[in-house]
Amino acid sequence: MTTSTIASHDVELNDEGFFVHPEDWTEEMAPEIARREGIEELTPAHWQVVRFMRSEYLDKGTGPTVRVLAKTSGVSVKELYELFPKGPAKVAAKIAGIPKPRGCI
Amino acid sequence: MTRHVAVLGAGTGGTVVANRLRRAHPQDELAITVVDQDDRHLYQPGLLFVPFGLAHPEDLVRPRRRQLRHGIEFREQPVDHVDIEARRVVLGDGSVLAYDALVVASGAVLVPEETEGLTGAGWMERVFTFYSLEGARALAGALAAFGGGRLVVNVVDMPIKCPVAPLEFCFLADWYFREHGIRDQVELVLATPLDGAFTKPVASARLGGMLGDKGITVVTEFNTGEVDGEHGRLIGYDGREIGFDLAVVVPLHGGAPYVGRSPGLGDELNFVPADEHTLQAKAAPEVFVIGDAANIPTSKAGSVTHFEGETVAANVAAFLEGKPLSPGFDGHANCFIETGFGKALLIDFNYDTEPLPGHYPTAFGLPLLKESRLNHLGKLMFESLYWHSLLPGHDIPGFGAEMPRAGKHLSHLSHLSHLSHLSQGGQP
Repeated sequence: MTTSTIASHDVELNDEGFFVHPEDWTEEMAPEIARREGIEELTPAHWQVVRFMRSEYLDKGTGPTVRVLAKTSGVSVKELYELFPKGPAKVAAKIAGIPKPRGCI
Repeated sequence: MTRHVAVLGAGTGGTVVANRLRRAHPQDELAITVVDQDDRHLYQPGLLFVPFGLAHPEDLVRPRRRQLRHGIEFREQPVDHVDIEARRVVLGDGSVLAYDALVVASGAVLVPEETEGLTGAGWMERVFTFYSLEGARALAGALAAFGGGRLVVNVVDMPIKCPVAPLEFCFLADWYFREHGIRDQVELVLATPLDGAFTKPVASARLGGMLGDKGITVVTEFNTGEVDGEHGRLIGYDGREIGFDLAVVVPLHGGAPYVGRSPGLGDELNFVPADEHTLQAKAAPEVFVIGDAANIPTSKAGSVTHFEGETVAANVAAFLEGKPLSPGFDGHANCFIETGFGKALLIDFNYDTEPLPGHYPTAFGLPLLKESRLNHLGKLMFESLYWHSLLPGHDIPGFGAEMPRAGKHLSHLSHLSHLSHLSQGGQP
């Protein structure tokens, strides 16, 4: 676990870089996390995915996997990878300040 | 008054629950109807062995109705949909089955057509799966004829049935090609969407090490976007490509299609969300779910289904009697992992405790997370236990619903959160 300063707030991240306390997250932190993940600018399309991930997490206790994300949002997996080349579910979850999606057991 | 329980699916879960309920309740109290679209019960753990000539397809199938106790009605019909509001099931022939309690036990289905190219050129020629009987049989022929080259085992995405089976396939392939004297001409690659060999850290490290020792390359976080059978390559969504001469693909899984036609019952993938301890479906209080059909955070595996059986049968009865449900299921999973050369290792875990080294079920039992011939015998013996003890719904000594802690080396757990769970719920 490490403490990181994002948008001048101290937040705790786990070893993989996910928020330990999702309630610490605010929207103003998202662009900075995105830059750390190699996404220079969050477009409206990025934001749509990030907000959706966050609301699914608040609703169901876990963010969706890529496949479920594509099925529910109607955005194809291919397009999701164009938006988040390093892995849509994982990177969008980081930017949304929620834990790693629990798709795989 | 006779209450009616409808069980959808006569695989492991449906058979166990129906038999347990039938044993515990007289027929004038409880009528039980089990529905399945065919009368062929497949012993799924046996599929892994078919490609290597270690099991024969025809030996793995028995009639479903023969596994059900006397006094259980069996209807051989597909399910069209469930009307949750009206508490009735509409079958393929239009007939209607009204119920007081429903058990969804219809497992998972393969949806290879959801991956671009997978069922196109080369399917069943150089691209196979061993997750179906016909696939496993066809792969046996292809392996026997394989003269060398790159064999890629690919998991398209989770969740899948038996998440250790792709690893076992790699281990057995290593053994098989050594036996045939061509191991040095075969490159074995495992391409997985996971970030390691397995989903749980301690076991993942151990299994990853074993793959390395056997010269099997692991490509992690590979999300298959397309299978190009014609040119022999897997194409990842991130642009990475893996060439192959022979591909063994575990296709995407989903729940039974009728779940998608039953408003309110399933999730996006047609699995049925349920309480992870009582197995009561979120859809309605009188609906329960068992086995691979469920969306709960444990593995899709026969052992899990067996352990769930006790809780589901008890809770169906409790619900009908107006009693509180038992939160009895702890996520217990127990898997023999075949590692080739007559050996296997065993893993045992639940929601709170990941697979650890030690012994099962006590310090004098089978070794955990360690290769041994005893575990291989355990795996072989299990087939007979499956037909004769597990399906009839008998308790199997040393194979109980609750995960035993006695023989486990809990010191391997480094996470405080896990330890706090242990101190709350644990047996010493």
